[in-house]
Amino acid sequence: MATVIIPTPLRKFTNQTARLQVEAGTVGEIIEKITFDFPELKKHLLDPQGSIRSFVNIFSGDDDIRDLQKEKTPVNESSVISIIPAIAGGKY
Amino acid sequence: MILIDSIPFAEMKSEAVHIFPDECCGFIFGNEHADGTRKVSKINVVNNAKPGDKRRRFEISPKDYMQAERFALENDILLLGIYHSHPNHPAIPSEHDRVAAQPWFSYVIISVMQGQFDHIRSWRLNDASQFEEEQISSVHLNKII
Repeated sequence: MATVIIPTPLRKFTNQTARLQVEAGTVGEIIEKITFDFPELKKHLLDPQGSIRSFVNIFSGDDDIRDLQKEKTPVNESSVISIIPAIAGGKY
Repeated sequence: MILIDSIPFAEMKSEAVHIFPDECCGFIFGNEHADGTRKVSKINVVNNAKPGDKRRRFEISPKDYMQAERFALENDILLLGIYHSHPNHPAIPSEHDRVAAQPWFSYVIISVMQGQFDHIRSWRLNDASQFEEEQISSVHLNKII
């Protein structure tokens, strides 16, 4: 099963679990499964159309899935998928 | 309530002054007690990855974020939040700060006026996604400012 690293700010929606083990063939399937198991994750990861939000980055290993096959990026048992919120701001 | 140890406080302050008039940014690590009090024991300074005007914007690269999460997991410490500076501006989060903010995280903001440290405040999103101030222990601050 692939390992999914949940970012600290979203762990309150996964019962404080940092790493999830998920049986899936693609990144898209992983997102579908974890948002089913932990419904409160959904609004933080997906937009109303069901696409991954623009300010959420998903990495497979050290690679942004936008540079791979996006949601169709394949995963296997050794895959480590990181959910990474965009961190930005500014004074005005 | 959030307590900031003297070393991470000094490091944040120094970085904010050093980077002025640009905004600095980085991660805060520590622990959270059962009563909700947070204690910052370490920071990690990162590059402001915002392309263009860094004097009023900051951005942290996904790879720096991923490394911060890994560091926390490997060292049994919590990634408590983010710090950044507001050059020539009060330490009050902007709307730009708010829309990009994450739940649960503490957002420590350091105000630097004319190149000198001025004040520091900390903020967290409430359930309505609005910032509420998180008190920094004044006793603690008196010791370290």
